[in-house]
Amino acid sequence: MFDFSLYASRLTPYVAKKDRFMTTVKTIHTIPKGRTPMPEQEPEVRATNFEEVALGYTLPEALREADRCLECKKPRCIAGCPVGIDIPGFIRAIAQQDMRRAYEILRQDNPLPAVCGRVCPQESQCEVRCIVGIKAEPVCIGRLERFAADYAMAHFEPEKPRITPAGKRAAIIGSGPAGIACAADLARAGVDVTIFEALHMAGGVLKYGIPEFRLPKSIVDREIALLEQMGVTIELNTVIGKLFTIPQLMQEKGFDAVFVGTGAGFPKFQGIPGENLNGVFSANEFLTRVNLMRGFRHPEYDTPVGMGRQVAVIGAGNTAMDCVRCALRMGAEKVTLVYRRTQKESPARAEELHHAMQEGIQFQWLTNPVRILGNAEGWVSGMECIRMALGEADASGRRAPVEQPGTNFVIPVETVIYALGTRANPIIAKSTPGLKTNQWGYIEVDEQTGMTSLPGVFAGGDIVTGSATVILALGAGRRAATGMLRYLGLRPAETPAAAAAKA
Amino acid sequence: MSTGYRIVKKEVYSPVTYMWEVEAPDVARAAQPGHFLMVRINEEGERIPLTVADFDRRRGTVSVVIQAVGKSTREMMALAEGDSILDFIGPLGEASHIQRRSKVILVGGGLGVAPVYPQLRAYKEAGSSTLSIIGFRTKDLVFWEAKFRAQSDELHIATDDGSYGHKGFVSQVLQELLEAHRDTEEVVAIGPLPMMKACCDVSRPFGVRTMVSLNSIMVDGTGMCGSCRVTVGGKLKFACVDGPDFDGHQVDFEELMRRQRRFQREEQESLQRYEEECRLLGRTRSGS
Repeated sequence: MFDFSLYASRLTPYVAKKDRFMTTVKTIHTIPKGRTPMPEQEPEVRATNFEEVALGYTLPEALREADRCLECKKPRCIAGCPVGIDIPGFIRAIAQQDMRRAYEILRQDNPLPAVCGRVCPQESQCEVRCIVGIKAEPVCIGRLERFAADYAMAHFEPEKPRITPAGKRAAIIGSGPAGIACAADLARAGVDVTIFEALHMAGGVLKYGIPEFRLPKSIVDREIALLEQMGVTIELNTVIGKLFTIPQLMQEKGFDAVFVGTGAGFPKFQGIPGENLNGVFSANEFLTRVNLMRGFRHPEYDTPVGMGRQVAVIGAGNTAMDCVRCALRMGAEKVTLVYRRTQKESPARAEELHHAMQEGIQFQWLTNPVRILGNAEGWVSGMECIRMALGEADASGRRAPVEQPGTNFVIPVETVIYALGTRANPIIAKSTPGLKTNQWGYIEVDEQTGMTSLPGVFAGGDIVTGSATVILALGAGRRAATGMLRYLGLRPAETPAAAAAKA
Repeated sequence: MSTGYRIVKKEVYSPVTYMWEVEAPDVARAAQPGHFLMVRINEEGERIPLTVADFDRRRGTVSVVIQAVGKSTREMMALAEGDSILDFIGPLGEASHIQRRSKVILVGGGLGVAPVYPQLRAYKEAGSSTLSIIGFRTKDLVFWEAKFRAQSDELHIATDDGSYGHKGFVSQVLQELLEAHRDTEEVVAIGPLPMMKACCDVSRPFGVRTMVSLNSIMVDGTGMCGSCRVTVGGKLKFACVDGPDFDGHQVDFEELMRRQRRFQREEQESLQRYEEECRLLGRTRSGS
């Protein structure tokens, strides 16, 4: 039975505000039942192009979906959001057709709403906690976030930040999600921020990793342009640890604080025979060739991808989904994903898995490669796998996959892509004396402030936690920004939405 | 945003070999012997790893010697002094560990002559006795003879066809020098993979440490892609962050030579397309 008393306390203030759209009290019974479907490219069409799969809500669709939010007095969704976005607040603003306010509420806690609306695993964060989801399907929070961000980008001039220079300088290493979030908060508070990016393009994993059809690069560029409008300088082609070291940044270049958000992009292999055969890629190599270097437009762009007709991808996270779907779009005839556990344990976003299935990817669950086979010229000719079964739960509560002897079989493939996660890149640690790292090479930080073992040097994102999500990196970047401001003796800036809320 | 890096000087050593001196003061200041760079000339370009051939901190320049073997390197050869390239990223990799050696033999083969030079200079500056061997296919391709002579206690030149210096390969000269100079403490060999492998095979019986520089296929050059992976002493190494210098006696050259052929087909296709384009546009083919 559904406990309606849960909402009773919510109703009075809501009705009292005389919402112009609501003549009756909203309850689980009055709202539209099903989620508003996301318009998408048809699977057979999109499998041949790199255009965005999900097309985004129209205004009527967004309004219908926003109407499904009960605006709970004690919302559970906010607690599920790693950066604590005021979810009922922004959805209510959409329902009231105050898109500027919806966007401002989002930006208050999330510097990249257009990105997160597209790539966050909402189903395991905010949406899984949505109270509507108890009786019906949860509100499509992510799709609404994307709508509000896209709408704002299309219709409004970007916020004119009122920045008072604070007389401090900060260096941010890496222009991925952690660096962007940290830079945005510091810049707002008046800090003179320079981002140093190793690659020739800003955006980090948002550019080199996540493919165009899931996150158009123009979206990332817009966000970066906003950052530059806030006065943030971006230095491309600058490998910190090589061109300048962190001590040099602080002692010679005059930076008062440094944030390390370099990510953990150091590929992992399995250590099975045949991994150095021609045709074996790390997901990073495959994706950087396709995305960063625009290999999907070869020969117009010079970088080749070198993919065969039959492709196998090892792993079942978002990166694995990106690889299988890129391979398909690059013209692979058959793409197989192998994972040693089951679909249920796949760490990918539900939507990516669903899309990959629709597009015709072959899934081999409970399957683990034992050897990559090669022909006489040293090219991959197949991948020998063994079937697995889930055994007893281990200390972490996960059921460990166990090999089933005698079940070996060969998948004929020409290309094998490893999407098994990444390790810590050693460049920063090696070049920064006194910077403490753990046994895996990740940087150790104070959880509250994000400060490392070196005073004034902060870190966050994958280089601290190991491979995680965009939103967790954003959260870490923001936490570190707060820590840095305190270290610099400054206060965090108020966003327009926060200022308005107080007034 | 960067407006690019200017080629302040270009020298052509042969129909396919050329040198760029590029204005990049920060890179010049940080560069050490053994480092490499990632270079991309334009928006559509590839990122190409090139080993540092020289650096001049006072002038704020870094030099690279390039061989026009594929589409990109041909296109690069068509650039002139004063032109700019989009990206010039570095210095990357671990610098060579150079210490005073009583005697060191430095071997450069073809294009590899260039990246050996900064090591030769550093060994000389460290007070080592330096013996150099530089080898080319034929006399017309010889470059940097004077530069090498200035830093070497002994300089040997070899050409495959005998048109200049010793007739034969640098590895044969190395064999003779190792026999004559039993007090050699280290060999540095840089050049095409078969040449480095041959030098390692020659020096192995002498038990002399032999360092090679591996310029394997890379995308980012900073440890991200793993394209440059190579087996050294049975272990997986990345040439970009663990190297590019490695103990040559430990390197699995057979595997590396095979891996270097991974994009041969695409490279040939790109080159053909480029040549066809040049013909259609009536441009002079670069390098001719």
